Amino acid sequence: MSLDVKAIRAQFPILQRKLDGKPLVYLDNAATTQKPQAVLDAIMSFYTTTNANVHRGAHALSDEATRLYENARNDVATFINANRREEVIWTAGTTEAINLVAKGLAQQLKAGDEVVVTEMEHHANLVTWQQACKVSGATLCVAPINNRGELDLDAYCGLLNEKTKLVAFPHVSNALGTVNPVKVMTARAKAVGAWVSVDGAQGIAHGGVDVQDIGCDFYAFSGHKLFGPTGTGVLWGRADVLETWPVWLTGGEMIADVTYQDATWGSLPNRLEAGTPNIAGVIGLGAAVNWFSALDLDAVQAHEKRLLARAHEHAESLSDMRIIGTATDKVGVMSFMLGHAHPADVGFILDRQGVAIRTGDNCAQPLMKKLGIPGTARASFSLYNTLEEVDILFDALRKAQMMLA
Amino acid sequence: MTMTLPDSQEIIDDLAFFDDWEQRYQYIIDLGKSIPGLSDEAKTPDKLVKGCQSSVWLDSRIENGLVKFDVDSDAVIVQGLLALVMAAFNNKTPRQILDFDIDWYFAELDLERHISPTRGNGLRAIVSKIKALAKQSIN
Repeated sequence: MSLDVKAIRAQFPILQRKLDGKPLVYLDNAATTQKPQAVLDAIMSFYTTTNANVHRGAHALSDEATRLYENARNDVATFINANRREEVIWTAGTTEAINLVAKGLAQQLKAGDEVVVTEMEHHANLVTWQQACKVSGATLCVAPINNRGELDLDAYCGLLNEKTKLVAFPHVSNALGTVNPVKVMTARAKAVGAWVSVDGAQGIAHGGVDVQDIGCDFYAFSGHKLFGPTGTGVLWGRADVLETWPVWLTGGEMIADVTYQDATWGSLPNRLEAGTPNIAGVIGLGAAVNWFSALDLDAVQAHEKRLLARAHEHAESLSDMRIIGTATDKVGVMSFMLGHAHPADVGFILDRQGVAIRTGDNCAQPLMKKLGIPGTARASFSLYNTLEEVDILFDALRKAQMMLA
Repeated sequence: MTMTLPDSQEIIDDLAFFDDWEQRYQYIIDLGKSIPGLSDEAKTPDKLVKGCQSSVWLDSRIENGLVKFDVDSDAVIVQGLLALVMAAFNNKTPRQILDFDIDWYFAELDLERHISPTRGNGLRAIVSKIKALAKQSIN
């Protein structure tokens, strides 16, 4: 069945906007996705009818708010096939989720241990582990990629040994669009007894994430890249590991008993969620997950494939266009250079034509350095983009090419 | 900087003359190409103002009471915007630099969005640096 993109677009108010008289062509979805009416309604309705603090009120509103809030946890747990709902920890986003993993494991890393990441990391999944290694004395090992932007699996496996404590890698590269073979990578890391932490920021919105099937220990993602609100995110982790972690933020919600001199900690998920949470955000994220889950996933993926294929087709006919990242398994992202034009200039001229893309280092400075470029222009597609929008992108690029020649 | 740029008022008049954005951008790009820039050796880290999208370099000296700047960018539109900034600030006294309202100027040019603090192009940082230099040389 094919996706009714027109009907989907009608659910996104922002996609009706015009900029400088031209319809918005939003191709910066790897940075953040737009929000459907269902998500906007859930947030508005919460504040309009239900707003109260969760878990503590002795009144009807608080009960209702708590139910909505905890239902969102159930929905997310189902969405990623978590073994238990308590394994879903709310965070402010992927970055915070990864930092939480680093805090949780910090005391278990020591000199002589090794942490493995890849050359395609976003700063969030690089700097966090680089700093954890600096503090603990562990060694950071970086698995290389080939010239198509795919992980060199043999080299990766070669880095794994009995000293490997943790392996961290992205499900999908934000800069290149490469889809990593997460199951194989996880299995090989588990075989040497390492923890496996997956940065799912770019993987989650393309559907089909099953954390038990992947076999990893941690999977982190942001709500705002999944049609949900900013300031929401999830750390999924195995309960038996999360339970052993020291608490990270202390305060209300996360305690069991408190005296002036001492405190004991509550159980999961509360022990890792101190203070009043982002209630409306979490409810919005729940709505986003339900909205997304109701779509025909195969049709979504087929549509996204068509978008990327059309973009690559156009790219071949455009002289001087160089695609950065040509992995066989690729999703959502087309990073590129247009001749010798600076990506920032390309971005300016596209912006003037209503086409929104990202330009710059893609929060992956070491990767850009390795590729020998100052950055890229990056068009990233989502399920609501149309083939016509891909055509508009290339019309706009031809104009940019002409003006920057 | 040796060649003569149009002055800021001439640029305002020139840009007002164009009725489509392509011509305006072409004019700005050409203006950027008309200023000399810095040699690669002169692009030292102390002169670099890094934006997350593009980088700009700024060098300055004072001759006969006038502040002289050399600027460069790795992006041609940013270089053009720098030329607009130079038209306002290069070869001026520190007092003239401090008195010049750059936000008004970019609004007149209908280019406010390029000087806004949210833009990662380093232009705002360059303007702050120029103003700070002028202030320093007065004190």
